Amino acid sequence: MSVSRADTSRAAALTVAWRLAAFRREGLPLFPIAILTVLALLAIFAELIAPHDPQVGLLGERFRPPAWQQGGSTAHLLGTDHVGRDVLSRLIFGARVSMVVGFTAVIVAGVIGTTLGILAGYLGGWVDQVIMRVTDAWLAFPALTFAIFLAAIVGPSEMNIVIILALVYWTRYARVVRGEVLSLKERDFVRLAIVAGCSKRTIMKRHILPNVVNSAIVLATLMLGIVIVTEAALSFLGVGVPPPKPAWGLMLADGKKGLMAGYWWLTVLPGVCIMLMVLSANLLGDWLRVKLDPQLRQL
Amino acid sequence: MKRFIVRRIGYALLSLVVLSLTIFVFVRLTGDPAVLLVEPGASKGDIDAIRTDLGLDRPLFVQYALFVKGLVRGDFGRSFYYRTPVLDLYLERLPNSLLLALVAMAFSLLIGIPSGILAAVRVNGWWDGAGKVFALLGLSMPSFWVGLLLILFFSVYLGWLPSSGSGTPWHVLMPAFALGWYFAAAHMRLTRSSMLEVLGSEYIKLARLKGLPEALVIGKHAFKNALIPVLTLAGINLVLMVNVSVVVETIFAWPGVGRLLYEGIAFRDFPVVQTTVILSGVMIVLVNLTVDLLYAVIDPRIRYER
Repeated sequence: MSVSRADTSRAAALTVAWRLAAFRREGLPLFPIAILTVLALLAIFAELIAPHDPQVGLLGERFRPPAWQQGGSTAHLLGTDHVGRDVLSRLIFGARVSMVVGFTAVIVAGVIGTTLGILAGYLGGWVDQVIMRVTDAWLAFPALTFAIFLAAIVGPSEMNIVIILALVYWTRYARVVRGEVLSLKERDFVRLAIVAGCSKRTIMKRHILPNVVNSAIVLATLMLGIVIVTEAALSFLGVGVPPPKPAWGLMLADGKKGLMAGYWWLTVLPGVCIMLMVLSANLLGDWLRVKLDPQLRQL
Repeated sequence: MKRFIVRRIGYALLSLVVLSLTIFVFVRLTGDPAVLLVEPGASKGDIDAIRTDLGLDRPLFVQYALFVKGLVRGDFGRSFYYRTPVLDLYLERLPNSLLLALVAMAFSLLIGIPSGILAAVRVNGWWDGAGKVFALLGLSMPSFWVGLLLILFFSVYLGWLPSSGSGTPWHVLMPAFALGWYFAAAHMRLTRSSMLEVLGSEYIKLARLKGLPEALVIGKHAFKNALIPVLTLAGINLVLMVNVSVVVETIFAWPGVGRLLYEGIAFRDFPVVQTTVILSGVMIVLVNLTVDLLYAVIDPRIRYER
């Protein structure tokens, strides 16, 4: 009995559908994953997808509305800004800025915070005191104000933004990780490792670190949204990503110039992008929290 | 009790020391603080004057002592732009920020508490679902974007509300809503979980067994106790609101401390930036201390912890 090609392709389609359904049953959050995937693809292939150069505009084409409105053209699907730059292209390249800054900052902050959290929790004593006093004091700064202060000292650039965001947000990781290490420290496998003669360094690296990675990842996902909003706010205030780079926060600041004239697309569209990205990060973080780390649920 | 108070005050002082050290170190880490603290375009003589003023030629701990001495005396330096002491500027703007924060707080509680209670009473129902969506949106829509959307809708399209400035009660509405938006979601979440906890307790079961009408059980017995953590959070958030309003105040040209911070950045007026950051840190440390002490007075169990 031969199997026709139609049958196999139908079987394949069924398998795919079944897999997707299985994901659904497991509650895999399709919406945030889809959004983040699309944004990541836009960020990676921005040059190929964007119809225009995001940093160059024609003054004659300024303040064009989106294509479906009166006066819009298909050349600029989502309109143009105050110097005639294509909004769609800027949004696409803006995804790259947000993704790169967001992910790098979250990872750098995570590495610093997790390392210091483990050191404080495991070594205890004065190391713990010093690290936790700094953590507590830094948590007392409102994050945005602290970030503005640092930005005012070092000046705006993408690299500086990442460093600033990492400096501001590592404290959250340090707190959570330290708490976990304190309870891990009393567990039998750590005691056995001590009896077996492992050095402190080995214990922290081989036995403690793998057990706090889950919490750190959950926290990182939840922090991604906060970091992206902070970056947007800094750029909006003019101490973040320097113009004419296409960052969503900068686009909102530029959009203010056309706000009173009713050029809504310059204000609504970048905000929608920020919201979608932050929303996705939050949804994914919540899901991961439940899946990976029930202890963090109260956070 | 006394030991507890002493220890908490000690921690608060330590936090303030770490805060001042942080500011001190970061300003010096990135190069020459004299360049930051002197007006752009100042002559070499001016820079040298600042240098001797700050004692930059002396050892670091002497510099730090001078820095702290200035802070304790309330000498935060002069604004380049306004040419007045920064502390005066700050205190002049503070009432505006407090007003904005109070109205924003009223908004956030008026939205947060009723929707939180409804979500808890009809747990997993339609209201609860709507509440979850609202809480997620509150966390995901940055307050400055909410502010811009409000201007677009109420000032540009409808022409009902003034888009910026201050003076009439109408001016405060939009900035307060934009600021309160994020906190409304937080207050809703806490009201919901706090209500759920109270509704599961024994004395609520007793009230129901007595045959009290449900409205009375929820409105009088549960609500009062569920409100305590929410009001505590609201108290902390009020201070936080004063200190995170920089973007909202900038958008609406609201003359508060947030706007002052923004002007500090825009005019490269570093003493203003530094002072705003220090004072917001101090304020939050003090509020945390107050909350800790008040809680210890109310709940004796906390005193003996640790």
